[in-house]
Amino acid sequence: MSLRAAARAYPALLRTGFASAVAYRAEFLIWMFSTNMPLIMLALWAAVARSGPVGAYSERGFAAYYLCTLLVRLLTGSWVVWELTMEIRQGVLAMRLLRPIHPLVAYSAENLAAVPLRGMVALPVVCILMWSVRGQLGHDPFLWIMLPPALFGAWLLTFLVMALIGTLALYFESATSIFEAWLGVSAVLSGYLVPLDLFPQAVQRIALFLPFRFLLSFPVELMLGKHGAQHALALLGAQWLYVAAALLATNLVWRAGLRRYAAYGG
Amino acid sequence: MIEVDRLHKSYFVHRRDPGLRAALRSLWHRPREEVKAVDGVTFRVGAAERVGFLGPNGAGKTTTLKVLSGLLHPTSGQVSVAGHTPQDRSREFLQQITLVMGQKQQLLWDLPPSETFLLNRAIYDIPRPQYQETVAELTELLGLRGLLDKPTRQLSLGERMKCELAVALLHRPRILFLDEPTIGLDVTMQATVHGFVRAYNERFGATVLLTSHYMDDVAALCPRVLVIDHGHLIYDGSLDELVRRVRPDKRVLLKLSRPVEARDLQKIGGIVSHTDAQAVLQVSQSELQTAVQRALAQLPVIDLTIEDPPLEEVMRELFERGVSEGAA
Repeated sequence: MSLRAAARAYPALLRTGFASAVAYRAEFLIWMFSTNMPLIMLALWAAVARSGPVGAYSERGFAAYYLCTLLVRLLTGSWVVWELTMEIRQGVLAMRLLRPIHPLVAYSAENLAAVPLRGMVALPVVCILMWSVRGQLGHDPFLWIMLPPALFGAWLLTFLVMALIGTLALYFESATSIFEAWLGVSAVLSGYLVPLDLFPQAVQRIALFLPFRFLLSFPVELMLGKHGAQHALALLGAQWLYVAAALLATNLVWRAGLRRYAAYGG
Repeated sequence: MIEVDRLHKSYFVHRRDPGLRAALRSLWHRPREEVKAVDGVTFRVGAAERVGFLGPNGAGKTTTLKVLSGLLHPTSGQVSVAGHTPQDRSREFLQQITLVMGQKQQLLWDLPPSETFLLNRAIYDIPRPQYQETVAELTELLGLRGLLDKPTRQLSLGERMKCELAVALLHRPRILFLDEPTIGLDVTMQATVHGFVRAYNERFGATVLLTSHYMDDVAALCPRVLVIDHGHLIYDGSLDELVRRVRPDKRVLLKLSRPVEARDLQKIGGIVSHTDAQAVLQVSQSELQTAVQRALAQLPVIDLTIEDPPLEEVMRELFERGVSEGAA
C-alpha cells in the first residue's frame, strides 16, 4: 500500500470515523464517562494528603496530577484491540483486507476521529477543573510546546500496542486476555493509578525505562513541569523510539499473521 | 485472466470430544487434524467469462474464492489473477477485483450507504466525474433511488444487498468474485441481481466467478461451471453438458384431459409424479421420440413439454455418485 494513497484517503477515513462516533454518541459518552479511575484515585489520595503531603504531592498536587492524567487518558484512548480481535474471530477483517488501504491505517483513522468529539465533551470540564489547580502546572513554555507531540506519541504508542496485541488473534484464538494482562501492568507502571515518583526507587528505575511511562505519565510530567527542557527533549526522543519499535513490531507480526489468516465464515 | 495451477489449501483443526474430562485433557493435549479444503485444483478463466462454482457445503468453493481474492495464502500451487499474485495484495491488484459475500458486508452499519460510497471513492481514488457517472449508472441499474441516504441498518435485506453490490462495483473492478450473492433474497430480487451482474459483465467486459446454492443463479448467469467436491475439481464445462452427462434422461410433462392409470404411463416411461390432471415421466434420450409419439397416440394429452431434470436433482445425483464416477 503506498503511503501517498493512504494520505489521500485519510481525510475521508477521518470524516467517516467522526460520523460513526457521532452515530454511536450515547455509547461513546458512557464509555467516556466510565474513564473515571483518575477521579477515584484523586479522591483517595486527596484524603490521604489532607493530613500532610505524600512525597512531593500536596492535596492540590494530587488534584493537578490526576486531572492531567484524566485529560491525557481521554485524548489518547483507543479501542482497536477489541475491534481487531472481534473482526479477526468473526472473519469481518476480510472486508477490510479487500480494500487497497492497510486495515491498520483505517483503524487508526477511526480511533483518531473520535478524539475531537471526546475533546468537545471533556475539554471544557477538565479545563475548568484544571484552572482551579493552575498554580501546580508547569510554567516552562518549551514543555508546553512539547506537549502536542508527546500526546500524539502517547496516542500512537497506545494504538500500536493495542494493534500489536490485537493482531495476536491471528495466532491465538483470542488476544484480549493478553491485553488484560498488559492493561494490569500498564495501570501501575504508566502512572495511571499512582504517580511514578511515589514508588520505591528500585521500581521507579525500572518504570522509567519501560514503555508504559510514555503512554501516560510522560505527557502528565510535561504538564506539571517536572523536567528541564533538555531532559524532556531526551524523553520525547525515547518515546518516539518506542513508537518506531512498536510500528516495526506490529508490522512484522501483522505480515506473518496474515499468512495464517483463515477468514472464517461466509 | 485467472490461472490456477495445482492449488492446495489446508487448515489444521483441533479435535475435542464433548464433556468435562475431554475439556481438561485438552489443556495439555489437543489433537489436531489437517483438513484439505482445496486439493490440487487447476483451471483457467478468460476475460469477460461468467463462471459458476458449484459444490456442496465445505467443498472448497469459498476457500478458492478467498485465495483468488488474496484473503488466504495458498498452502501450495500457483495462482495468478490479472497478472498478479493475489496474496501479495498489491494496490494494483485490489483495484481490479471485488469480492461480494452474501453473508458479510462492507457498508457501515449505522451510516447511510452514501457515506461508504464516499469512503470508497477516496480509498480507490476514483476521479469525481467517473464516480458521479458510476453512481448514476448503478442507481439506475439497481434501483437505488431513495436508499442511499437511509442508515444501512434500516434497509431491508434486499435493499442492503443491492447497495452492497453497488459499493463493491464503484471502482469498476475487472474481476468479480461473488460468493452467495443472492442468499436470503426473494425471487424478484434474485432476478434483479442476475440482470445486473449480466449487464455489468457485458458493459465492462468483466470476468465473473460465482458461487451459489441457488441453481437458478448459476443457470441464469453462467454458461460455464466448475464443480468442486471435497476439494477436488470434478467437472469443468458447460452447464448443459453437465446435465446431459449426469442425467441424460429427459422429463416429459403431460397435461391430461382426464385421469389415466399408472400402468398406462409406465408403458411410456418412468413415473416421476402423477395426478389426475398431469403426469411427469422420465424418458431416456434415445427413447424420447418413440415415447412422445406413444403418449400423443395413447393418452388424452392436451399439452406436452420436454424438459431437462431440475438442476438441484442433477447436482444431488452428481455428489451422491461421488468423485470417481462424477461427471466422467
